[in-house]
Amino acid sequence: MRNIVPILTVVAAIVILWYGAAVKLNSAWVYDQATRAGAKVPSFSQVVTETMNQERPVLPTPHQVTAELWKSTVGMAITSKRSLVYHGWVTLSATLLGFAIGTGLGVLLAVGIIHNRAMDMSVMPWAIASQTIPILAIAPMIIVVLNSLGLQGLVPKAIISAYLSFFPVVVGMVKGLRSPDQMQLDLLKTYNASAAAAFWKLRVPSSMPYLFASLKVGIAASLVGAIVGELPTGAVAGLGARLLSGSYYGQTVQIWAALFAAAIVAAGMVILIGVIEKGTLKRMGMVR
Amino acid sequence: MSWVIVALAAWIGGWYLNIRLSHAAVARTRAGQLAVPVIFGLTILILWEGLVRGLNVSPVILPPPSAVLARIGSSLPTLGADFWQTAVKGALTGYVLGCGAAVLTAIAIDRSPFLQKGLLPVGNFVAALPIVGIAPIMVMWFGFDWQSKAAVVVIMVFFPMLVNTVAGLKATDAMQRDLMATYSASYWQTLAKLRLPAAMPFLFNGLKISSTLALIGAIVAEFFGSPIVGMGFRINASIGQLALDMIWAEIAVAALAGSAFYGLVALIERRMTFWHPSQRR
Repeated sequence: MRNIVPILTVVAAIVILWYGAAVKLNSAWVYDQATRAGAKVPSFSQVVTETMNQERPVLPTPHQVTAELWKSTVGMAITSKRSLVYHGWVTLSATLLGFAIGTGLGVLLAVGIIHNRAMDMSVMPWAIASQTIPILAIAPMIIVVLNSLGLQGLVPKAIISAYLSFFPVVVGMVKGLRSPDQMQLDLLKTYNASAAAAFWKLRVPSSMPYLFASLKVGIAASLVGAIVGELPTGAVAGLGARLLSGSYYGQTVQIWAALFAAAIVAAGMVILIGVIEKGTLKRMGMVR
Repeated sequence: MSWVIVALAAWIGGWYLNIRLSHAAVARTRAGQLAVPVIFGLTILILWEGLVRGLNVSPVILPPPSAVLARIGSSLPTLGADFWQTAVKGALTGYVLGCGAAVLTAIAIDRSPFLQKGLLPVGNFVAALPIVGIAPIMVMWFGFDWQSKAAVVVIMVFFPMLVNTVAGLKATDAMQRDLMATYSASYWQTLAKLRLPAAMPFLFNGLKISSTLALIGAIVAEFFGSPIVGMGFRINASIGQLALDMIWAEIAVAALAGSAFYGLVALIERRMTFWHPSQRR
């Protein structure tokens, strides 16, 4: 709780900076309007009030974004095409489906890697190298190719999400499943434990902290994947579509609202995983 | 059909070879450790080529690797121009600016625990957000050319770098700082001679994470608007023409560029932080 004051101070400073930047960036339009109307140069206070509530500002002010967020979440039926809850759900469902697929496959591959030496030596370098490749660049292609195969809507986006969350989980889980040291493994051997028992009773529990760390990375990557996956389909539905249509039509307030909605969703997912992590690790006696 | 059989045979053969290699004594040598993944990669390529040919997959859905390679060979100038526009102008400029700004910010807030307590959670929070979403805004502000891509990259790499640098500046222990104090070293001397060198492993960790983010940011930002050159633009435009071989060629270039960039940073890291346990051999 002692940390709350500095965090709030920093957030307040950011908001103040934001207002300052909004005045500066939006003032050009105000001056422009004044010259066109032939009026005299507006005073500074006039400029400030004018920049606060423009319809298409260069930088929307925080209260405009908040108002737009409020209007398009609470103030609208969630079935409406303009409701951010609707678009957020479209994105979130693809994210969650992809995240589940990616995590499941990632864990399976990790289990294969720790039990099979050939797989470890051949797949692991590629899994690590794949982290350095801008995978997201393939996203539009996957969408279009799957579209031509007759798959559209949720599944192609989920595949991209799965792909992005897959590698962090593989790398994290391999590390985690290998984290028990030789002493512990030897102890189980003296108990005459089978490989399966060693796996379930020692390796899996000790991999949990690693699993949760990579889940947090993975869910954030999944959301990015789902958002980017929505771009090439031509802005139909989803947060990415809101970003794209906003950028086509110059609706800056809409872009910022969609951006904040995405941020809130991402933060919510990470916090949720954090809570599950804390609960699980506490039950397992791993939190000191 | 014969293509499929050849491909599957190559796959099984490669896999068998890998199993033998990984259990043989050669697996512990450097050559063995290099050969196994290379064989694996090659068998995947052969399998891909064979399946695409054998099952008559339309090149609009998945072009065979040979077609992609031919495309790379035939359109080198285009790929080169795209690479220059996106990777060098957009990503590298943004990377240098963003990482530089983050290190300077970290040093600036280093003396204030209050600011650190406030900025770090915010920085961690922002690092988890889908920052690529800021791309349309940056395109609106800075125009279609590489400046807007560099701006997206700056914002993407800033927070991971900041968080890592701040953590790195805390990496010295009290004994070491006390020693500097007994030498009556000033704050800046301590920073330059003790704390920055000690922070290097963390700095390089941030630099490595950022190197991948930078290229992703620059490519995705081009989906929102770009001049008629650039890797993201080419991918987007080729989708419209269903020129899948061009897209795979761009992806190959992106993968090479990303890996080379990462490898370069890792190489510099090995040179500069040779003293760190993780770099010892």
